[in-house]
Amino acid sequence: MSTTNITQPDPSTQPDPSTQPDPSTRPDPAGRPSPGPQPGLTTQLARNLEAEWIKLRSVRSTMISLLATAAVCIGFADLLAFGVVNRWDRMGAQGQANFEPATFAVSGVLFGQLVIGALGALAMSAEYSTGTIRATLSATPQRLVMYLSKIAVFTVTALAVAVVTTTVAFVTSQPILAGKHIGTSFSAAGVPRVIIGAGLFLVAVALLGLGLAALLRHTAAAISTLFGLMLVMPLILNFLPNDWQDRVSRWAPLNAGSAVMQVHPESNMLAPWTGLAVLFGYAVIALVLGAAVLLRRDA
Amino acid sequence: MIEIRGLTRRYGDTLAVDDLSFDVPPGQVTGFLGPNGAGKSTTMRVIVGLDRPTHGHVRVNGHRYRDDRAPLTEVGSLLEAKAVHPGRSAYNHLLFLARSNGISRRRVGEVLGLVGLEAVAGKRAGGFSLGMGQRLGIAAALLGDPATMIFDEPVNGLDPEGIIWVRTLLKSFAAQGRAVLVSSHLMAEMALTADRLVVVGRGKLIADTSVADFIHRASSGQILVRSADQPRLRTALIAAGATVTDEPDGSLLIEGLESPLVGRVAADSQVILHELTPQRASLEQAFMELTADSLDYQGQPQNQSQPQPAQPQPEPASAGTGH
Repeated sequence: MSTTNITQPDPSTQPDPSTQPDPSTRPDPAGRPSPGPQPGLTTQLARNLEAEWIKLRSVRSTMISLLATAAVCIGFADLLAFGVVNRWDRMGAQGQANFEPATFAVSGVLFGQLVIGALGALAMSAEYSTGTIRATLSATPQRLVMYLSKIAVFTVTALAVAVVTTTVAFVTSQPILAGKHIGTSFSAAGVPRVIIGAGLFLVAVALLGLGLAALLRHTAAAISTLFGLMLVMPLILNFLPNDWQDRVSRWAPLNAGSAVMQVHPESNMLAPWTGLAVLFGYAVIALVLGAAVLLRRDA
Repeated sequence: MIEIRGLTRRYGDTLAVDDLSFDVPPGQVTGFLGPNGAGKSTTMRVIVGLDRPTHGHVRVNGHRYRDDRAPLTEVGSLLEAKAVHPGRSAYNHLLFLARSNGISRRRVGEVLGLVGLEAVAGKRAGGFSLGMGQRLGIAAALLGDPATMIFDEPVNGLDPEGIIWVRTLLKSFAAQGRAVLVSSHLMAEMALTADRLVVVGRGKLIADTSVADFIHRASSGQILVRSADQPRLRTALIAAGATVTDEPDGSLLIEGLESPLVGRVAADSQVILHELTPQRASLEQAFMELTADSLDYQGQPQNQSQPQPAQPQPEPASAGTGH
């Protein structure tokens, strides 16, 4: 079937172009100025940071997830501290020698990572599941500007909450441990690194979640992949032959990221900051792959 | 002003839009009409840069939409009702859109008032009816007070009052000199709203014309006549060169004569006319006639899937990518 153009309307019935308002000089009922010159990249970035902050703060799941992360990390630290104090006398010399109060105080991070990781995934995947992405990208067709703004806003928010959380977990658990004189303090060697590192660990996992969501565009897929990488992968690596295990296991995201939370790093782990950098490396890989998908695929 | 030139969009084996070219001029409502799956939504998504064209290009106010750093001030679009986070309030949805384009908070309040959503501005959008969702979408399109506006099926889900409201709104936008593109599969709605029609079927342009011409083209040129003396009139009309058919209800269906001539023949033969009606097709009939070949999903078994490239007279590829 060929395209058929119907005869154009008789020119005499067309409105005279000279009487049509020119859109550029269109009288504006509300007296708003017509669009000015194009804003620069910096202006657009600043505007998008504000827009992404409005998005993040205006859904209930953000506040709930952040509070849950804090509650889980702090709650576990304090509960486990009570448990250790109760069991201390029955723990034996070996158990007592292995006890490390700072690492212990941030052990709730193992569970808190799941909550903040899910929030990271949701921050991106909700754009797709709700269709908001179409409004977002219609307003900001420069997709990378939107994506970088989202990452920046989310990173700062997660960082603030995570570091406060691990600090509070430490501060509240030490008085409990002090009952058996097994607590420690900020000034002890390695302790600041453990507390800050645990906070950064949470941020890295959250960013990994965000990147996976940009890559997979699906909430459930992103969260289950994240849990698989963080929790299931170390378990699977346990089935490797021993000599392999020593070489490979330390590179798994959880094991690499956990190194920074050890006051005395174990021999089968990466160095503390190296391990954390490796975990951030995984997050960056996911974020870059997510960016590629965002830029290449239709929204 | 939107210029679409040679736009083609392919999804895998499916040709959703096939070499489509048309303009959306300022000061008019351009109705974008076609059956489901004709490529209307795809075209609109390409205009605002959500989908990339396979070939061809779209210019909005002379440039690519993707090059615009504050596009809401140039193009307002409603592509999908309720493309909103259900947990976010209407106000915050509009606020983040506004701020990303440097539009003031005050303007957010204004557009909420324009669409009548002030009372529920702070409510989570998840509880909105489809009609309220449409109003929120229209508010978003209005944020930047743009000179070009795009609406995909804006009356979907609206009650009669809402339909009249949208119709009036679209016409007032055009009257203010804006270029308005509105898609619909509701032909009657387009007849009332649009100044011109761009009709597509299977991704191809079928017609780009005024509403009146579109109907005229599909009209048969037949005239229905009732009179006090049908046999005498029939004889006179046949003598004048007309082809006359007797209708079951006693009226005469005339072909080959224009209405003024039919009246003259009746007067000359002194027959009193009771009715003389040119048989104009309705917009629906015109639409059905013109798109009959391109309807994607008819009540028949699908006979062809893809055209063979070697066939001399290939049918357009099936375009089932409506949203």
